[in-house]
Amino acid sequence: MIPVPPPSEPATKTRRPLPAVVWPLVALAAILVVDGFISPSFFSIRLVEGRLYGSLIDIVYRGTPIALLALGMAIVIGAKGIDLSVGSVVAIAGAVMAHFIHLGFDPAVVVAATLAVGLLCGLWNGFLVAVLSIQPIIATLILMVAGRGIALMINGGRIPTFRSDFFSALSTGRIWVIPSRLFLVALVFLVLWAVLRRTAFGLFVEAVGGNASAARLAGIGTRMVTLATYGISGVCAALAGIIITGDTRSSDAVTAGMWSELDAILAVVLGGASLNGGRIFLATTLVGVLIIQSLTTSILMSGLPPEFNLVVKAVVILAVLLVQAPKVRTAVGSLVAAFRPRRTER
Amino acid sequence: MDVPARPRVVMRGITKTFPGVKALDGVDFTLAPGEIHALLGENGAGKSTLVKVLTGVLAADAGTVELDGVPIRVASPAAAQDLGINTVYQEVNLVPTLSVAENLMLERQSSRFGLISWRKTRERAEAALARLKIHVDVGRSLGSCSLAIQQLVAIARALDRDTRVLVLDEPTASLDAHEVEGLFTVLRDIRARGIAIVFITHFIDQVYAIADRITVLRNGRFAGTGTIAEVPRMRLVTLMLGKQIESHYAERPTTESIDQTGAPVIAATGLGRARWLEPIDLSVRAGEVVGLAGLLGSGRTETAKLLFGAERADKGSLVIDGVPVTLRSPGQAIRMGFGFCPEDRKHEGLILDLSVRENLILALQCRRGWWNRVGQAEQNRIAAEMIAALGIATPDAEKPVGQLSGGNQQKVILARWLAAKPRLLILDEPTRGIDIGAHAEIVGLIRRLCREGLALIVASSELEEIVAFSHRVAVLRDRRKVSEIVGADITQSTIVEAIANS
Repeated sequence: MIPVPPPSEPATKTRRPLPAVVWPLVALAAILVVDGFISPSFFSIRLVEGRLYGSLIDIVYRGTPIALLALGMAIVIGAKGIDLSVGSVVAIAGAVMAHFIHLGFDPAVVVAATLAVGLLCGLWNGFLVAVLSIQPIIATLILMVAGRGIALMINGGRIPTFRSDFFSALSTGRIWVIPSRLFLVALVFLVLWAVLRRTAFGLFVEAVGGNASAARLAGIGTRMVTLATYGISGVCAALAGIIITGDTRSSDAVTAGMWSELDAILAVVLGGASLNGGRIFLATTLVGVLIIQSLTTSILMSGLPPEFNLVVKAVVILAVLLVQAPKVRTAVGSLVAAFRPRRTER
Repeated sequence: MDVPARPRVVMRGITKTFPGVKALDGVDFTLAPGEIHALLGENGAGKSTLVKVLTGVLAADAGTVELDGVPIRVASPAAAQDLGINTVYQEVNLVPTLSVAENLMLERQSSRFGLISWRKTRERAEAALARLKIHVDVGRSLGSCSLAIQQLVAIARALDRDTRVLVLDEPTASLDAHEVEGLFTVLRDIRARGIAIVFITHFIDQVYAIADRITVLRNGRFAGTGTIAEVPRMRLVTLMLGKQIESHYAERPTTESIDQTGAPVIAATGLGRARWLEPIDLSVRAGEVVGLAGLLGSGRTETAKLLFGAERADKGSLVIDGVPVTLRSPGQAIRMGFGFCPEDRKHEGLILDLSVRENLILALQCRRGWWNRVGQAEQNRIAAEMIAALGIATPDAEKPVGQLSGGNQQKVILARWLAAKPRLLILDEPTRGIDIGAHAEIVGLIRRLCREGLALIVASSELEEIVAFSHRVAVLRDRRKVSEIVGADITQSTIVEAIANS
């Protein structure tokens, strides 16, 4: 029905702005360089008893729970939502996991049950947001507050400990020399990347977040999309709960995943996403996680008193966010241009 | 009524230029005390710019303003209020969570020893409302009152000062007939006190119900003025729409393409929604174009959205291909093969962050559902085809659509629906903000789609366009279908007559 015209001459390409992925990477590199100055052995990686040791490995290893949370959070933020409850879902997942291990179930059943509970938590949030139209920040605040209470109730008010070879291997074990939990993050990343970029749902998420009324008029069932994003976030939080609980071999409803929701949100934003929804970037979200984790590690390493930790972290993160802000970027750009010698026009 | 010896406001030669557009070009406007003066014009005519100059929101580039014979320069809205020029905007500028009394007396509460005296504040608020014969508990939060009461409170607030001029910007837009009558009673009362009222509205019937005089603007220029006796409806509509240029499109569409055998693609009977659209009958067959004509605010967009399920009808019935259907959402309409290009493309059409390709395939993807993704190769092919077919100027399909020009954005939305291969396409102002060349292209496209058997409903404020492609025209006025013109009877003058006649 549409006439195919003769191939047009190549369109003139304007100089593209740097891709969004650059800025978080620059920030991460800067932090790592500073670390290199503080501690000369920072970049050394040793192999001891079949296990990799070193600061870089440490950063990646400790960053995994936040990475899992942040990947799920990115999907929610893409659809212009936010999920404050992920830290509490970590605690609930840990409690469910410990409970099922104590009941003597097979690890596969324990994992399935824990993930199912995570999904349920996410769908509850999604129900409040999508069906009852409660603002996301309030809707998820409910589970954020109540979740730790629920976890405490499942734990019977105690901190149950357990032994499980499977979960220890999953959380703290290694495959060849690589920590096994990294494979889990890689798997979740690949699955979510495929969902975001290779399914209709991924397109719908960014469309709903970018312009909800236009998305509705284009025929997207915005409710189902919103519901699903929170479901994904809930499952990711349950996975993080499995890693954290498997690491400590106990379910502590009060401290497990405490404040981790804020780090997860921060990682997504550092990754270049806007809390106004729309485009999200999973790869740079992981870079954001590494920024946060390397900051924590380097402050500990630098010998600064621990009380400085949070303040330094806040200052560095503010700097990274400013670098990414379009306003600051244009200001810096024009400043640079003013000092740069003029090239002759061709 | 003649222009009185001493007008309240005289604006002469008002000119205001915005980057790239002359919003006002030497406009004259005279307002007498104790009159209700309707200020009319289509979108972009310059009504709101003129009012903003009068109320100090904008500074004119040229021209003079006199108030009661004294030349004035209104530097700010606050300065306008000090001069006794008060405005009530369409969106009520009050705080819904505060009480009626607090809203009325905000920033001018009675105080005692530096503390607010709530008793006195309440008394003064009650007095202000009583003067307008409004009786409402001033302790109630404003948000819990009806829109009509909120509107009246806004007016009362504007009147609580030494008012000489009261500007009402579309005060009746969200009121029902009964509430409008209540508002008019109050306005007549205010008029009797010698206050000059500027009344901006789109509702022609209301103009003749209450206004004393009319001034019409068109494309930033003064188009005409007179008492309502001097400007009958027919003349008013002609003034607003202007003398339409002779049609470029000589031939009328043929009726061969219309499928007369089967059931209509869509047939609405008494379809309506309270405060949205009066019940309407409308049907479209395959291969037929039905035009929706009417002035701004006449219900064109409302009709389009109701037929697409973007707003739910609460009255009447809809029959699609002979089967009764209740449309609950746009998604449902799309699965039935409908498409809808909204008028407001930035807010309702495009996802500005996403690429041209993603915007193009969105409707097709919705039609296919969640589990049947449009493959990457197919996406690229559709994007390339559509960019070529509609001549969308973009370096490549991956550019965020927000970076394209207005005309190209409009083409992207049209292309989105063409890619979804609909059976019924509803277009709301498809040529708004598009240059002349693209204009003709889109009219040509509409004709071609129709020949290919598509059913089309096209809402437009451009009569020339409507005449060029419509087999039937539904004429709307004040959110009501007032006439249907068929076949050879469709001319610009028959449509203007239908819009004007009561």
